[in-house]
Amino acid sequence: MLRDLPMLSDSRLLVGHETSDDAAVYRLRPDLALIQTVDFFTPVVDDPFLYGQIAAANALSDIYAMGGSPLLALNIVCFPSCLDPGILRDILCGGAQKVKEAGGLLAGGHSIDDNEPKYGLAVTGTVKPEEVWSNATAVPGDVLVLTKPIGTGLFLTANKVDLASEDEFAVVCTSMAELNAAAAKAAREVGASACTDITGFGLMGHVYELALASQVLVQIYLDAVPLFAGAVDLARQGLVPAATYRNRDSLETKVSLPPGLPASMSDLLFDPQTSGGLLLSVPASQSTSLLAALRQRGIQAAAIGEVKAVQPDEPLLKVL
Amino acid sequence: MDTELRVDARGLACPLPVVKTKKAIENIDSGKVVAIVDNTVARDNIMKLAQGLSLPVDVVADGTDFILSIMKGGGVAVAEPETGSEAAVLPERSGKNVVILFQADTIGRPEQELGDVLAKSFLYALTECTPTPRTLIFLNGGVRLTCTGSEALPSLKTLEVQGVEILSCGTCLDYLELKGELEVGTVSNMFSIIEKLMAADKVITVG
Repeated sequence: MLRDLPMLSDSRLLVGHETSDDAAVYRLRPDLALIQTVDFFTPVVDDPFLYGQIAAANALSDIYAMGGSPLLALNIVCFPSCLDPGILRDILCGGAQKVKEAGGLLAGGHSIDDNEPKYGLAVTGTVKPEEVWSNATAVPGDVLVLTKPIGTGLFLTANKVDLASEDEFAVVCTSMAELNAAAAKAAREVGASACTDITGFGLMGHVYELALASQVLVQIYLDAVPLFAGAVDLARQGLVPAATYRNRDSLETKVSLPPGLPASMSDLLFDPQTSGGLLLSVPASQSTSLLAALRQRGIQAAAIGEVKAVQPDEPLLKVL
Repeated sequence: MDTELRVDARGLACPLPVVKTKKAIENIDSGKVVAIVDNTVARDNIMKLAQGLSLPVDVVADGTDFILSIMKGGGVAVAEPETGSEAAVLPERSGKNVVILFQADTIGRPEQELGDVLAKSFLYALTECTPTPRTLIFLNGGVRLTCTGSEALPSLKTLEVQGVEILSCGTCLDYLELKGELEVGTVSNMFSIIEKLMAADKVITVG
C-alpha cells in the first residue's frame, strides 16, 4: 500500500517506511534523533485495564525495537458514548501505568465517539543516531534471538469463544502486557546489529522483512522457537485467526518451509502477534552473553536462527 | 442408519464456524457432521479441527460455499428418532430434544415493558442452563428478538455458539419488513418449523 505514496528523500529521515521498519527516525542534531510511532487496536481481552496495558506495551515496543527510549505518549481513543465511562477510565489507567513504567510522559491525547472501542498510543522517543537499531542492518554471522514466545493470535481467537485454558491464557496476557524495555536494555549492553519486534505479520513476516531489508539469508530452527504452552493444541482445534492465512499467502513463494511441516506448526510461524517480543540480531560471539543477560532479567528468550550470506536461487528465509 | 448433524455456518465470523462444528462433533457419539461455510478460513480451520481429532473429513465446493463432511466413530449407527428429514439430529446425550417457540418478543400480559425485560432475561438465563434446548423458533413479533436492535442478541449468539439452532419465520420477517435485519440464526419456513415441532420431545411456548 505504502508503495503508492511518494518516496521521501531527506537526509535527516534516518528510517522511513521503505524498509518496513517499526517506526520513523528523524535526526534533530548530530547526537540526537527523534523516533515516532503509532499503534492502536480493538479490545483483545475482556478486562479493560489489561487491554490498556497490552495496547500501550504494544505501541511502546516500536520505540524499543528502534533502540530508543520513550519520551512522550498521546492516547488515541475511540469509544462508544453509550458505554460505561468507567470502562474507558480503566483502559486509560492501564495504558498510563505502562507509559509510566516505561519512563515516558503521558501528555494527553484525542478521543472520538465510535461504535467499537479502540485504544492505543502515538509515542515519541529519542535515540542517538549511531545507536539506531534498524531491521536493515543484520549481517552474516549474526544469531537471531527472540525475547517472547509466539502464539498470541491463537489464544486471542480461542479466548473470544472461551476455549482458551484460563491458566495458559493468563501467561499469554502477562507476556502481552510486558514492556520490551528490559530486553532492549540487555541487548544495548551486549550490542545488537539489528532489531525488530514481532507483531501482526507473525514471526515469519517480520523475520522476512528483516532478511529483505538487510539483504541476508535467514535460517530459522523450528525446534528452537519458543511457543506459548497450549498454542499447538489450539491450532489443532482450528482456532486459527484469518490473519494467519493472509500472512502465509503473502509469503508463500518467498519462504522455504521444511517438507512435512505439521499444519499446526505452520500456523504458529505465521500467527499474528499482539505485543510480541523483540527479534535481535547479534554477532554469534555475543549471543551467549545476550541470552544470559536476558535470562537474568527473567526474560524467556531463545536463539532461534542464524543470519547467512544470500545464496543465488535460494529464498531469503528458510525454516529448518 | 447413521446420525447426521448439519451445521450451517455461512455468514458467521471466525472462529464461530469451527466452534459450532466442534460442538456438533461433541454432541454425537458417532455419525456424520456436515458443515457448510462460505470462506476458506472457516474451511481450513474446520479441516484442522477434524484432522486434530483424527476424524476423516471430505470437502466439496458448492458455488462459493464449501461443504465439509466429518465422520465420527467409524460409521457405527446410533438409535435416533425418525423424522424423515435428511438432517435428522440426535438428542443431546444429557437431555431431550426440547424446542422453545417464541410467539412474541415479550413475555405475558398486560405489562409490555415488563414483558420485554422478561423476554431478555429468559434468554439470558437460558445461556446458563444445561442441557440447552435443541431449537429456538421465533414466530410473529418474536422475530424482533433475532433482528438488529434486539437486546437479547448477545444471549442468542451465545446460545448459537453452544450449538442451539435458531430459526426465524421468513413470512414474519417479510411482514414486519425485517428481512435484512436478521442478526442471529437462519431464516426458516413453515414446513421445517412443523418438522422441528413434530420431532421434539417437548415444545415450550413463550410469548
